[in-house]
Amino acid sequence: MKSRRIAGTVLLAVLIAVPFSGALFPRFSYAVQHREFTDAAPSLRFPLGTDDLGRDRFARLLYASRVSLLLAAAASLAALVVAALLGGIAGYWGGWCDRCLTRAIDLMLSLPWLFLLLAARALLPLNASPVTSLIVTYSLLALLGWASPARVVRAGVRSFRDSEFVLQARSEGLGEFRILWRAVLPNLRPILLAQFWTSIPVFILTEANLGFLGLSAGEPFPTWGSLLRDLQSPLLVRPEGFAPVAAIAFSVCCFRLLSPKGRLQA
Amino acid sequence: MAALFLRIARRMAALLATVIVGGILTAALVRSSPGFDTDERLMDLRLDRQSRADILAEHAADHDVVRFYARYVGNMFRGDWGVSSSLNAPIRGLIASRLPLTAELMVFGLAGAWVLALGLALAAVRYSWWSHMGSALSVLVLSIPSAALAVLIFATRGPVRAIIGLILFPRLFDYLRNLLADAYSHPHIVTARAKGVGPVRILIGHVFPVCAPQLLALAGVSASMAFGTAIPVETLCDLPGIGQLAWKAAVARDLPLLVSLTMLITLLTQACNAVSDWAAAGRAGARS
Repeated sequence: MKSRRIAGTVLLAVLIAVPFSGALFPRFSYAVQHREFTDAAPSLRFPLGTDDLGRDRFARLLYASRVSLLLAAAASLAALVVAALLGGIAGYWGGWCDRCLTRAIDLMLSLPWLFLLLAARALLPLNASPVTSLIVTYSLLALLGWASPARVVRAGVRSFRDSEFVLQARSEGLGEFRILWRAVLPNLRPILLAQFWTSIPVFILTEANLGFLGLSAGEPFPTWGSLLRDLQSPLLVRPEGFAPVAAIAFSVCCFRLLSPKGRLQA
Repeated sequence: MAALFLRIARRMAALLATVIVGGILTAALVRSSPGFDTDERLMDLRLDRQSRADILAEHAADHDVVRFYARYVGNMFRGDWGVSSSLNAPIRGLIASRLPLTAELMVFGLAGAWVLALGLALAAVRYSWWSHMGSALSVLVLSIPSAALAVLIFATRGPVRAIIGLILFPRLFDYLRNLLADAYSHPHIVTARAKGVGPVRILIGHVFPVCAPQLLALAGVSASMAFGTAIPVETLCDLPGIGQLAWKAAVARDLPLLVSLTMLITLLTQACNAVSDWAAAGRAGARS
């Protein structure tokens, strides 16, 4: 298990270092169009060739890696905050509050996630700016992705609710919020960390699917998902067109090495 | 018997309430969204001012969420599901014509995924070599976005109907392997194996009954997963099913169609979960 984690950490460090070190050598911007080199094959100048507008695929992939990795981690963190709050309240206080939240969690988990995202993503106006659409996409991932970690947090809090250290804190006259904050939350750290690492690849894959369907960031902003849109005409795709798929697969493998095994992904 | 009917009635009421709440939430969310009054047709530069005003007036009736939803549900009970604003066709007809294809894809996909995952999980429990192979395959498939996997199979002229099964397989495999490994370690199963009871008899007579509640719950969840997978598969492979319809409704901001689909999908997934819960509870009751 330890070697698995070390391998995951090293690979993840490489994965983060490559796109972020690319920022030090901004040979080409992700948006510059080289009209004389449209649809160019891979060469020394353009390692992954260019797209139909003459944009450097390699530069776009590096930039997309930065965006997708950063925002997936941010969305995972935001989802975890919501999950900790709701799962903590449901698990600690129980009663009708727990029943309502558990019902909401069950409903969220039973509905197909991609459909929920499609429906929610459709709420944006057609003329939303690329940055707005990008932020909204990841915010939606965070808002809709809280249910699975919330269930785990709720179970964790319930197991701590009647533990000796909580009883002792209660007997010392600590208020309920203080007990939750000072006694229960620190003990939830391993659970929250595990959920954080597990949520990131789920968000990366979901954004990729949304991007594929044309519902992620708007042009010219690249994310891994929006780069996959080039594959929409499968019979016209060249091998280098699958570079974003390889990047996604590599990153998901890295995160899976860091997350606990055997978790069912919806 | 009366208690059973009461339980079923309660569950049905909860199911209905969930569907109605889901529909109201969707209608309210769509109504309050910044893109609510946006219509794809308004992007057409050929339209004059009057045509634009007419299109915007079409949305006016939907401004009051409660009235829209009350009218919508009332019409639905009379068999009128409304008209899709983007496809300009009755929603009931659209769903009826597309449901069989999605159902066929889901049945094929679920059957394939369960056979593959269960087979590999059983082999993995007995032989570590199969466990490593299953894990590697599972990680590989889980790491590729389902849409990209669909394109890969489509581009290599692979069987389109197998795509959902392949995408679902790893999501089931990990869970099934852990579940079966846990079941095989039960003392009565270890004793049965030591006494030389055949593997098929152990599996059917001892392992499946132990795992039945979890297996049934997983069956309910996997139906929902199958629909989630059908959306990119149908969209990318140009298969006219419910998944493709959901995508078209989302892209065109088709409020009536989105609300209908949300209610239908909520109803189907909740019904699947309820059936699997009942079966699991019945199974647990029979065992105790």
